[in-house]
Order: sequence, then C-alpha cells, then structure tokens
Amino acid sequence: MRRALLAVALTVAGLVALLSFKTAASDVAQPAASEASGGSGPTGTSGVSGPAGVSGTSGQPTPSLPPVPAGARAITGRVASTVYGPVQVQVVVKGRKIVGVNILQRPDATELDIQIGQYALPQLIAETLTAQSARIDTISGATYTSGGYINSLQNALDSGA
Amino acid sequence: MLRTAAEFSARVRHAEPVMGTVVSFDVPAAAVANGSLDATVSWLHWVDRVFSPYRPDSDVALLAEALITPDACAPEVAEVIAACTALRLQSGGYFTAAPGGRFDPSGYVKGWAVERAAAILSAAGSSNHLVNGGGDVQCVGGRGEAEQWRIGIADPFRRGSLALVVAARDGAVATSGVAERGEHIVDPHTGRPPRGLASLTVVGPRLSCADAYATAAFAMGSAASRDWIESMDGYQAYAITETGETWQTSGFAAHIAPG
Repeated sequence: MRRALLAVALTVAGLVALLSFKTAASDVAQPAASEASGGSGPTGTSGVSGPAGVSGTSGQPTPSLPPVPAGARAITGRVASTVYGPVQVQVVVKGRKIVGVNILQRPDATELDIQIGQYALPQLIAETLTAQSARIDTISGATYTSGGYINSLQNALDSGA
Repeated sequence: MLRTAAEFSARVRHAEPVMGTVVSFDVPAAAVANGSLDATVSWLHWVDRVFSPYRPDSDVALLAEALITPDACAPEVAEVIAACTALRLQSGGYFTAAPGGRFDPSGYVKGWAVERAAAILSAAGSSNHLVNGGGDVQCVGGRGEAEQWRIGIADPFRRGSLALVVAARDGAVATSGVAERGEHIVDPHTGRPPRGLASLTVVGPRLSCADAYATAAFAMGSAASRDWIESMDGYQAYAITETGETWQTSGFAAHIAPG
C-alpha cells in the first residue's frame, strides 16, 4: 500500500492542480472513508460504496461503477472541496496493489470542468497505475500544497493502508 | 514482552500538513509506539511557528519587521541565519535568505527541518526511515535491512510521470523546478525566473544542503549550475532543461536505481 499511496500522491497533485490551479483551498469536508469488499469477503458487504452517503455536495455523481473484482476492496475517500466543486475518488485495491481508480464526484459546472472529467482524469488514473509499477517509495519534485494533497484519494489510501 | 519479527518489520506511513506543505513519513511501527513519530511531528509544527514568514507572531516575521533582534529568538534562528549566510557566500549570492529584500529563510528551513526530523527518529532508535517534505526527501537506512529506498524524480513535462528513479541508503534528494507550483524561483540578481532549466535534482548526504543547493543551482541556470555542483564534494545533480534535454554531474549515475 505504501508504494501505491506514493504513486497516487503524485497523481493527486496533478489532479488538484488541474481542478484548482487558481489556488483552491482544498478542505476536507467529510469524515472517514468507507470501505466495501468485493467477492465474498468476511465483512459480509459486497459491491461498491457509491456516493449515496455523501450529502450537501453539488458535484456530478457517477451513475454506475464497475463491479469490484473478487478478492479486491473498494475504498472510498472523503469528499475534497475545491473552488470548482467537490472531488471524490475511490480506489480499488487487491492485495497491496491498486487495480483501479474511480471518480465518484467531479466538478461539472463548466465546459472546462467537463473536458477535464472526460480527458484529463482518465489520463491521471492511467498515470497512477503506471507510477505504481515503477516500484517507488516516494517522489521528489512534486511540490504539493497541503490543499492539494489532503484530498479524497489520499484519504482513501490512508484508510486502506 | 516478546515481539515477532513481523511486528519489528511493520511499517507505518504518516502524512502531516505543516509548513505550507505536507511532510510524509515512512517509519517502523516502533516509532509510533515509542512516541518518536509524535515528537518529530511536534518538531515540525514548532519550526512552523518560529520560522513561518506568514505568521505575524513568528520569530522570523518579527525579525523581518525589525521588532526583535536574533538574540531574543529561539537559538535555532541564529543557527539558520548562519547557515543561510554561508550558503549565500558559497553560491555567489544565488541562495539568499532575503528574497525581495525581506528576511525570509524559508528556502533553507524546510530542508533543514526535514533533515532534523529524520535525525530525531534515528536518535530514538529507528535505523530505516524516510521523511519527505513537499518533495524533498531525507532517508536513513533503506526500505529494508539490505534494500535501498527508491525515490522517483517527477517529470516536469509530464505531470504524474517520473523522469527516473534514484536509489539511496542514508541520503537526501531535493528537486527544484517549475513542476507543480509554476515559476517560483527567481534569480536574486535579476528578480526574474531563471532560464534554461525545467527541473534540477540534487542528491547528497544532507537535505539541508541538497535543498539549498538545488534552489541556488536552479537560479543559476543550466550551464553555471552544472559546473557549480560538479565542484562540490559529496553532492551530484541531474537536470532537465527547458527544451527537455537532460544532463548529470559525473557522479550522478551511481545514484540511478537499477531496473
């Protein structure tokens, strides 16, 4: 999980920079992350914990998510607020490896927001998975602001560590 | 109480928002149990209170306003001022604790504070840990007894990608550049952003030096910075230029991770 977390942290810096390059005070609005297990896990819950438990936000919930593979866990981060709107991310973890990243909420107020959602976020997700495979413990050179770092994805990963 | 090998080898990661960035830790679980992680986090918040130029009641803010003198400050303030002076002389003025004319040692404080954070963990008995302050890294030991830490260098042109991976035991890695915050280093001689480099990474024993060298070298621009780091004992540099070319000092290759 450690390496996964780091890989994702870099992506998060990029993601938040995209969404909030005009200084977004990214503030953590929701309490702890929630988890869902795939397959027949011992917790007895299955499927994906979607954005249903999140209230008071105006982002665009993703209507449906891919099913969680057997043996994997979906970890939902809390909502991170940016000046463009709330961002909420879910990571799917199998063993100690991230096998997927889902965007649960993203800003959609403007055409630019929608473009970011359609093109930039999938690329950032792909880069997350690539960086993870580079087997790294940490990253030098990504100067994240605290607002950019403390966000939904970080929360999901910390909760799953 | 007897402990299993697994308990000894268990790792904890912690991320602390402090000093305007996030400082992340990879420490043995024992550092949580013995309180040294907490002590380290407290140290960083203390540094923030004393050295932040943005807190009107910090020693640094009061010094900048000439409301107090250094002898009224915490002794660490004089230590930092002395180090900044030495770095200014060593770098021909490219490193400065007075960017824009106002006293602000932030360019030194973060690396110094993170280096000391790693030392606090060492003093409490940890022999394998890593502290990353907003992209500037001090590591001790390795990620295991025989392993090295693997530290990715962010690619300034492809957000989310790595330019290369450095492997290190007991060392520091600092990168200056325009990658995430836009152009935030200026040449103190001209007041303008330097030309020539997109990113410059310095590796060496101590983060206080590596971070300050990376900042000063970035401000020098591509050619001068290469000669300057090359002249220094124990420190090596890897640079990515504005046009996407790369260069490295003669000893840097030994730091590149295999595979």
